Amino acid sequence: MFKSLKVRWAITAAVTLVSLYCLVPTLVPELPSNIGKFVVTDKIRLGLDLQGGMHMILEVDADKALETMMERTADDLKESLMDNKVRFRRLAKAQDATITLELTEAEGKAALEKILKEHHPELEIASSTVREGGQFVTLIYNEKRAADLKKLTVEHSVETIRNRIDQFGVTEPEIIPEGNDRIMVQLPGIKDPERAKNLIGKTAMLEFKIVDEEHSLDEALRGNIPEGSIIAYGSRDDGSGARGKVPYLLKNKTLLTGASLETAKVQISDRFGEPHVSIKFNSQGAADFDRITNENVRKRLAIVLDGVVHSAPVIQERISGGQAQITGNFTMEEARDLAIVLRAGALPAPVNILEETTVGPSLGSDSIRQGVIAALIGFVLVIIFMAIYYRLSGLVADSVLILNIIVLLGILAGFKATLTLPGIAGIVLVIGMAVDANVLIFERVREELRIGKTPSAAIDAGYGKAFITILDANITTLIAALFLFAFGTGPIKGFALTLSIGIVVSMFTAIFVTRAIFDYFLWNKGIKKISI
Amino acid sequence: MEIIKPGTNFDFVGKIKITTGISVALIIISILSVVMHKGLNLGIEFAGGTVIQIKFSQTAAPDDIRKTFSEINIEDAIIQEIGKDEVIVRTNHPADKEFQTAVSEAMTGQFGEGNFEIRKIEFVGPKVGADLRNKAILAIILSCLGMLIYIAFRFEFRYGLGGVLALVHDTIVTIGALSLLNKEFTLAVVAALLTIIGYSINDTIVVFDRIRENRKKDLRTKLAEVINASINETLSRTVLTSLTVILVLVVLFFLGGPVIHDFSFALLVGVIVGTYSSIFIASPLVLFFDRPKLPKGKGKK
Repeated sequence: MFKSLKVRWAITAAVTLVSLYCLVPTLVPELPSNIGKFVVTDKIRLGLDLQGGMHMILEVDADKALETMMERTADDLKESLMDNKVRFRRLAKAQDATITLELTEAEGKAALEKILKEHHPELEIASSTVREGGQFVTLIYNEKRAADLKKLTVEHSVETIRNRIDQFGVTEPEIIPEGNDRIMVQLPGIKDPERAKNLIGKTAMLEFKIVDEEHSLDEALRGNIPEGSIIAYGSRDDGSGARGKVPYLLKNKTLLTGASLETAKVQISDRFGEPHVSIKFNSQGAADFDRITNENVRKRLAIVLDGVVHSAPVIQERISGGQAQITGNFTMEEARDLAIVLRAGALPAPVNILEETTVGPSLGSDSIRQGVIAALIGFVLVIIFMAIYYRLSGLVADSVLILNIIVLLGILAGFKATLTLPGIAGIVLVIGMAVDANVLIFERVREELRIGKTPSAAIDAGYGKAFITILDANITTLIAALFLFAFGTGPIKGFALTLSIGIVVSMFTAIFVTRAIFDYFLWNKGIKKISI
Repeated sequence: MEIIKPGTNFDFVGKIKITTGISVALIIISILSVVMHKGLNLGIEFAGGTVIQIKFSQTAAPDDIRKTFSEINIEDAIIQEIGKDEVIVRTNHPADKEFQTAVSEAMTGQFGEGNFEIRKIEFVGPKVGADLRNKAILAIILSCLGMLIYIAFRFEFRYGLGGVLALVHDTIVTIGALSLLNKEFTLAVVAALLTIIGYSINDTIVVFDRIRENRKKDLRTKLAEVINASINETLSRTVLTSLTVILVLVVLFFLGGPVIHDFSFALLVGVIVGTYSSIFIASPLVLFFDRPKLPKGKGKK
């Protein structure tokens, strides 16, 4: 490729130096700051399996978001129909995100179609059956809009989870959407996985509802729940430390949600020194809260979080400042986490944990130790083997093997790739496979020498003939590694990555650099015999 | 130093009946083993479930651990010892918060505070497992297809066919070996299989390349002879490279730690089988696909 030895040495030196430069932070743990500012790379990033931490795959229940949307739409539609004086009965949200209703007049369908077109373009009539004096109609959500809604739900969930984790304080978290409805979350080095899980998984739907005091709670508990009311449970400290379940009868209508919050923070109450969460509404929320408290003085206002009643204080008087408190026997941590989720906002839909791995830090450091020992021993064995088998030429191959590893690690550091345990296995495998290129070349050179060629001609022919073979062989290996990278999850990707980089680098070190070394000895030193 | 002396002249192609017999037998044993074991012993990545890795400060009897888990109504716990004073417990119970609390409470009750350390908890839901299973099968099929296309493009279609059939052979026999020893079929094993596919084809290509080169030199020599000569000429390299790879894999197998134990085992088996198939299966198959000639009259337009 390049005739001039000087150019080839310069390229080799440049690659080596850049790789070493990228490795400075990894090799020198405590870098003086006046030198540190010249180094742009970080330490080689370790995967969760090596440094400990938490990995999760979450599934956003986007169907649930659609169901909720349908419920709200059903209420809206009811009002639109009434406003337009269309007669109907039994309008309700049915299963699988549909709305069913009965139109009681013959001309009802035309009127319904007109209302849908004007006010609810997202709804479509799925089926309608003519009944005596009217029709039975099933409405569904427009397919494309439903897909959009689900997509938006996932995006919104990713955003919310990212906000929460940022506020929780984790270094280098990764929150990546996967597929249609999944989110991958990686929290390296996290100390309290259970707490992080609660923080991420909580829907944090904050609702304010009025307690239904017109009807009997006991009656409702026996199964006669009055229309427009629901039973919700709250927890109460009964003094013994155990929290009992307390039922409440609440009006179903949600007066205000967490969406109207401006901020939330932890405060310690003056009297008991107990933490509580103080919330502040935004201007619209404050106005609503003002109106609600004004209309419901002397009634009890329930503060419901994810369906659980946290407290239901009596509204003593109109509250105008837009401030409220959520109390409920929190520990300091619970209060802090609640404030975080309220600030970050509710998840638009519930999330389920599909997959979870928590690795303790001690396991990671054990794995690193074993991986490094295996790599070093494998390395030494291959080096000895090559030196015995090919003598001085073997030493040439050995020296570029070292270079291969340096460049491979340098690339990992330079591109901020992640090193995993299978990644270390990949490096070990590269050590075994990288010498293949040299084996191919050396075997060829031996053949050429055997048929009586001069060392220089043998080297020429050996490199020339072996090159195509090496190229073909390595491209096929790369094809397999590529599929592995596309298919694998975190640690496996790390393996595919180190293997691919190692193979590509071996093309440079084993062909280009060794050739430069041989040519140096043949041309400049004028050696007449190759030790191979 | 030379392991394979130059000028070897084994008749590889002539042994095709024997080697085919061996390979077919290996494949049948592999398939039978998988069937007898009622499918593969799928790891939790594919089957779903929970794995807890626990390290004890002193040796703990597996029976005590099993008892601890049955106390909290986990009856399906499989206890596997890995290394010294360390176990992996596998169950189908999902690792929710209640479960994790219950496990650490029961463990503390049985072994005492501070005498054990839960080093890793891994939970995979059934949905993810099924997805991953499909993706793994797809990745293996696609990479074989990728090889077929690349070789067909660089050489000839029958070379591609020979090479890929050898790969299918390697994959099946490796899976069979894992099944025979009842090893767990994990994500890492799939990674190993894909690596074997990459490695074994690498070996095969080197031989193909030599066949191509020798054919160019002399078109009159019979293909069978060319193939034999090419395998012989590259034999030294094939054996040598496999040796270095096997060398590092043995180190990885013994010293790499429990996490990559099965992974390196699968690789080790695959590399040995892959080397065998590159020599005895792939190239002779090319000859086999060369044989059927079109009957007279039908080949014309």
